Amino acid sequence: MTTVPIAAYLILAAALFAIGVFGALTRRNGIAIFLSIELMLNSANLLLAAYSRQLGDRAGQMVVFFALAVAAAEAAVGLALFIAVFRLRRTIDADRINLLRW
Amino acid sequence: MRALDLLWLVPALPFAGAAINGLVLRNRHKPLVTAIGVGLPGLSLLIALAAIGDWYGSLRPEAFEQVLWAWTAGPAGFDIAFQIDGLSAVMAFVVTFVGFWIHVYSVGYMGHEEGYRRYFSYLNLFMGAMLLLVLGSNYLVLFFGWEGVGLCSYLLIGYYFEEPFPPYAGKKAFIVNRIGDFGFLLGLFALWTTWGTLDFGELGARVLADPAVAHQPYALGLTTAGFIALFLFVGATGKSAQIPLYVWLPDAMAGPTPVSALIHAATMVTAGVYMVVRTNVIYQLAPEISTVVAVIGAATAIFAATIGLAQNDIKKVLAYSTVSQLGYMFLAAGVGAYKAAIFHLGTHAFFKACLFLGSGSVIHAMSGEQDMRKMGGLRKHLPSTYRTFLIATLAIAGVPGLAGFFSKDEILAATFAGHVPGARLLWIVGLVTAALTACYMFRLVYLTFFGAFRGSHEQEHHLHESPAVMTVPLWVLAVGAVVAGWVGIPGGMWELFGAHDRDWLAGLLTPVIAVVPGHEAAGHVLSHTVEMLLIAASVVAALLGIFLAFRLWGRDRGLAADEAFAARAPRLRRLLEEKYRIDELYDRIIVRPLTRFARICWKVIDELVIDGGLNVAAFLTEITGDLGRFTTTGNVRHYALYFFVGLLLLFWWMVA
Repeated sequence: MTTVPIAAYLILAAALFAIGVFGALTRRNGIAIFLSIELMLNSANLLLAAYSRQLGDRAGQMVVFFALAVAAAEAAVGLALFIAVFRLRRTIDADRINLLRW
Repeated sequence: MRALDLLWLVPALPFAGAAINGLVLRNRHKPLVTAIGVGLPGLSLLIALAAIGDWYGSLRPEAFEQVLWAWTAGPAGFDIAFQIDGLSAVMAFVVTFVGFWIHVYSVGYMGHEEGYRRYFSYLNLFMGAMLLLVLGSNYLVLFFGWEGVGLCSYLLIGYYFEEPFPPYAGKKAFIVNRIGDFGFLLGLFALWTTWGTLDFGELGARVLADPAVAHQPYALGLTTAGFIALFLFVGATGKSAQIPLYVWLPDAMAGPTPVSALIHAATMVTAGVYMVVRTNVIYQLAPEISTVVAVIGAATAIFAATIGLAQNDIKKVLAYSTVSQLGYMFLAAGVGAYKAAIFHLGTHAFFKACLFLGSGSVIHAMSGEQDMRKMGGLRKHLPSTYRTFLIATLAIAGVPGLAGFFSKDEILAATFAGHVPGARLLWIVGLVTAALTACYMFRLVYLTFFGAFRGSHEQEHHLHESPAVMTVPLWVLAVGAVVAGWVGIPGGMWELFGAHDRDWLAGLLTPVIAVVPGHEAAGHVLSHTVEMLLIAASVVAALLGIFLAFRLWGRDRGLAADEAFAARAPRLRRLLEEKYRIDELYDRIIVRPLTRFARICWKVIDELVIDGGLNVAAFLTEITGDLGRFTTTGNVRHYALYFFVGLLLLFWWMVA
């Protein structure tokens, strides 16, 4: 069985992270920003799992499980916030939710 | 229980009076204010008399010491402790006795004043502080009293605080005294670091145990004793109004007249003399500084006397007279005649208090007028005041038999016999001052009590003798002005008449005056002939002064002599009237440069450098904040961008 080289995981994770950053900085829709952030988070998870296997240490995979659990909770809170904002402002366009400024 | 055990009550009672009158009672309790304000000092007088009597009968000549509270961990000589010895007994008697009668007088004099309660509170506070000063058994307690009387002096000079001048005069007195106190403290520090004690008895013992320590070089080219003596004397020049720090005392006359009598004539201003005599062991070991003391004393005596000759304000004349008489006391202390200094202190307290109270009675009758040019002929209207004033004037002039004669003569004789360089010159200065004293005092008497009345009709109509509450103290003090000299008639005088030396006061004070090996020769012993001639000289000086005053201002001559003087030598007359313009000189060379310096500190250092620096820092903060706040756009994507850029920078920093 041929194993996937670690470099492939690294390239994939870097690509996911870059897409996430680009998305978070350019998209205006709150949901899209949120998705981009999740993408970055999962690129980190991927790295953890890959190195866990590479180094033969299960601890890395355990961290990934924890991170996924926390991300799920965070997603619930984040989406709830979007709903609350939407009820108030009838939009979740990040550029128009800018009351808290100088 | 012995009366001596109650010694602590002597200063405590007036303090209690001050507290009750100042903090508890209200203005409407006037009779109670009087009872407390006069009663507690009266009680203090009785206890002081009983304690002194007890000490005299039992412990004399040993000092009695009562330690109220001692530091458990501290070194010796810092205790809150009182003592009675010959010197403290004399001082305590003078302070409580004269003080009590001035309190009685004040009931009449201050009766119509708004701040009656405040006045008595301050006056009692003063009595307490003064008794702390004279009864303390170490320099720490003495210094507490010293500062306390300074505070009360300030408060009472500025008593009429609604007028412009009294608060200014009080401030001046306080500041000038602070200059002296600075020196006093330096002296005490040197004393403490050298001998490790501030206790009077202990200090004397330690100094005498090894006098060589006192002769070691210390600082400023002086020996240890010289340094301490000089700086303690700086303190004395402030408190006792000697050149160069005398300028506050004439202005201090802005206070109520009984205050002038008590604080600025009889008691507080003599504290410097007391302190010098108390420290006589150091002064004996520092002959060069003793000479300085004598010279300053003599110079002050004649300097102030000449000013007194040309003043028109009745209280100003007495003020300069006080400065002059204090000069006499320092002359005596400087030539080593410590007993004569204390003797003159005591007699002066009686006759000068009597004179000040008499002038108060005159001012009272004249409805507040103090200018002698508007007085005259008051003899008929104020018989009691006139008689007591005349007795006290004769006493200060040095007419034989009265108090001032004995003490002044002893000072002059001691100066003549002293081993101070230029002793004869000092004696001549003292003699001339004696003549001047008689002259200006009788000028005062003639202008005030003789001739025709020169004031307005209204004032003439108002003239009245003061009530008994004021004249009784006058008479008591006048009797004191006569008999106070009898307790200390110098030994030489007794011997002249073939009698035993019965100088009671000297017997009382001798144990206080240290016998320093190698310094026994306090002066040459005078032969009977010389002694007789000296007495004759001082009597002639006094009579000459009186005669001169009579020729110039006596009978109905009124102000003719002053006017003639002003016409003949207008510049000299003005110079005297303007007090040699010393205040102006100090203003020019000290006050104004200091004010200018303070202005520089204020305008340049404070406002420009400190405030400016602070303002620049605040401005920079504001600018930074103003620019920085534009980054807070409220747009979450911008924040994400900052975050990402920050992350990149962090990576760059970690990798590179």
